[in-house]
Amino acid sequence: MAVRLGEIRLRRYPLGPGMILVWVLAALGMGVAVYRWIYGLGATTNLSDGRPWGLWISFDMMSGIGLAAGAFTVAAVVYIFNLKKFYPIVRATILTGFISYTLAALTLMVDLSQPQRIWHLIIYWNIHSPLFEIGWCVMLYLTVLALEFSPVLFDALNWKVPLKIIRAITIPLIIAGVTLSTMHQSTLGTMLTILPDKIHPLFYSRLFPLYFYLTAIAAGLAMTVFESFHSSRTYGYPFEIKMLSKLVKGIPWVLGIYFVIRLAELFITGKYLYLLQGGAPAVMFIIEMVGGVLVPILYFSDPNTRNDVHGITWGAFFTMGGLILNRVNAALIFMDGSFYLPSWQELAVTVGLTCLGLIMFDAAVRFLPMFPEPTPKAVKRL
Amino acid sequence: MPISRRDFLKVTGAGLGALALPAAPVSASTTEIATDATASMLYDSTICVGCRACQVACKRRAGLPPDVDPSGLYEMPHDLDSKTWTIIKLYKDQNSDSFVKNQCMHCIHPACVSVCPVGALEKLESGPVIYHRERCIGCRYCMAACPFSVPKTEWEKPLPFIQKCDFCADLQANGEQPKCSEACPTGALIYGTRKAMLDIARGRLVGEGNYVQHIYGEKEAGGTSMVYISDLDFTKLGFPEQSDVSLPDITWPYMQGTLGVIGVMVTLSTAIYLRTHRKDKNGNNGNNGSNGNNQPPKGKEA
Repeated sequence: MAVRLGEIRLRRYPLGPGMILVWVLAALGMGVAVYRWIYGLGATTNLSDGRPWGLWISFDMMSGIGLAAGAFTVAAVVYIFNLKKFYPIVRATILTGFISYTLAALTLMVDLSQPQRIWHLIIYWNIHSPLFEIGWCVMLYLTVLALEFSPVLFDALNWKVPLKIIRAITIPLIIAGVTLSTMHQSTLGTMLTILPDKIHPLFYSRLFPLYFYLTAIAAGLAMTVFESFHSSRTYGYPFEIKMLSKLVKGIPWVLGIYFVIRLAELFITGKYLYLLQGGAPAVMFIIEMVGGVLVPILYFSDPNTRNDVHGITWGAFFTMGGLILNRVNAALIFMDGSFYLPSWQELAVTVGLTCLGLIMFDAAVRFLPMFPEPTPKAVKRL
Repeated sequence: MPISRRDFLKVTGAGLGALALPAAPVSASTTEIATDATASMLYDSTICVGCRACQVACKRRAGLPPDVDPSGLYEMPHDLDSKTWTIIKLYKDQNSDSFVKNQCMHCIHPACVSVCPVGALEKLESGPVIYHRERCIGCRYCMAACPFSVPKTEWEKPLPFIQKCDFCADLQANGEQPKCSEACPTGALIYGTRKAMLDIARGRLVGEGNYVQHIYGEKEAGGTSMVYISDLDFTKLGFPEQSDVSLPDITWPYMQGTLGVIGVMVTLSTAIYLRTHRKDKNGNNGNNGSNGNNQPPKGKEA
């Protein structure tokens, strides 16, 4: 039976030191965000005329949205490809996507110079701008994710009519989600293609849209492993290793294609000479391509590591780290500009928003029927 | 063996553009303008004496506050910023020296105009790139995308706007010339159509003087309204080694491809969905282990 709202008792909310820290950091982050809205970016960040984009854009926005790609990938696998064995992770994955996109939107509200005007995206159009497309896609996709997730809520509240309506449009919603994700995940790459002379050639590519799309799919799948790891460790749900290990079988293919194309580009264009020159760009390139691409490929191709809880989790961490490193390298470290290290306020907002995401995920897992079959252990804890 | 980024990108652009992009011929993505007739300025660094009359005239006309020291005395700004739209700098080494003027280059195909998600930057047909602050959301994409790092923002304010040279578009509309070229006492900075400026520049390069045989801005970033000649290497004067690619033309084919992406993804998803769900029509309900709480995909009800 499903766990209904009425059956949930709140008094056993475990206020351990970890959870207290998460709440404190989230509160601190929100506090700093409010301070930043009052006093401005100059007073709170290390951004400057020579460095207009910092941690919030390269990490929170670009990496955050990339890691949230699991929501559309798993939805497509289950509903479009009809592989229903992956159904048990759909809800958690879509929730993670919804939370990640909400956090990205919140980050944007902190980063924009004129956040109160974010709605201008709706009335002022510039179809030449990649950011215009991303803005629209994120707005629409957030709506799609909310609708995709709404059955869980309706289910918990036992609202029959809205549930029926949503179920009737599930497939069009999933297709819309897949299409919108394909658009903006690749367009995040397009955004950086207009900087050919500012991004170091080892990291710049006209193929950014393809690279961003492929790495997002891989890291999105890896993120589902991390979610299951987190849910099993924190809430006592079973770690669905058998199912996950089947899911991550796709990662070596996706990352393999990416790896081959990126290396081919390196040699066709002659950019490999930068590797021979050495220095920080070459070292970072190798770390990114080996640690973030090759290592995950090895982890997930080998059935022994793939079917091992530690192996699959580490593989997921490397994949996610690879995406983050890729985005930060291109949009921050190897983009020409003034010297920049994030201020403590920037770090506090980033950490705080991440903690807010954890609190939201935590709340959903506790109060909503996130996993189709509540495990005996979970029921006992509730 | 230093490798010039510029050379590489020419190769990269040629080789990979073809791989990645739709084959459609690329046309100028921003407003089509008659390049020859567009408003332009020529700065000849060999004539400039560094009096900074242009700098002062600019601040006065744009109403920009002066830079002041702690006691309120006026100071020289030391770079373009939200209070300084144009600036004169000096390059000096043991054998040579030269002044150089910085301001918005007013690109023929401005990256800032193409990247702005709300169209707050506009390329006027007459030449200037102007800013509509009432639209700006402050994403600062223009600052990142500008190959010359010209747009600056008011970091100290809670709600900052972008600040940059507007080429005195309002004065030009009245048939007047920009205040900086009007203020120049030596003729180092002159104003006219782009064709006229380039003709004068070419004439000077083949005439007397020790000019570097290059007109900066003629082709850089697809061409700019501001063009420069000098007897010193342009990199010494702080100009970036800029490829000749018109930057909006890089992103525009991808943006045009968006409709294709929508078409392909919707069609492909629908086709795969129909194919993978064929069996179900024969009553083969393969819904594994779903219960009232397990939302089955559409078509699984019944």
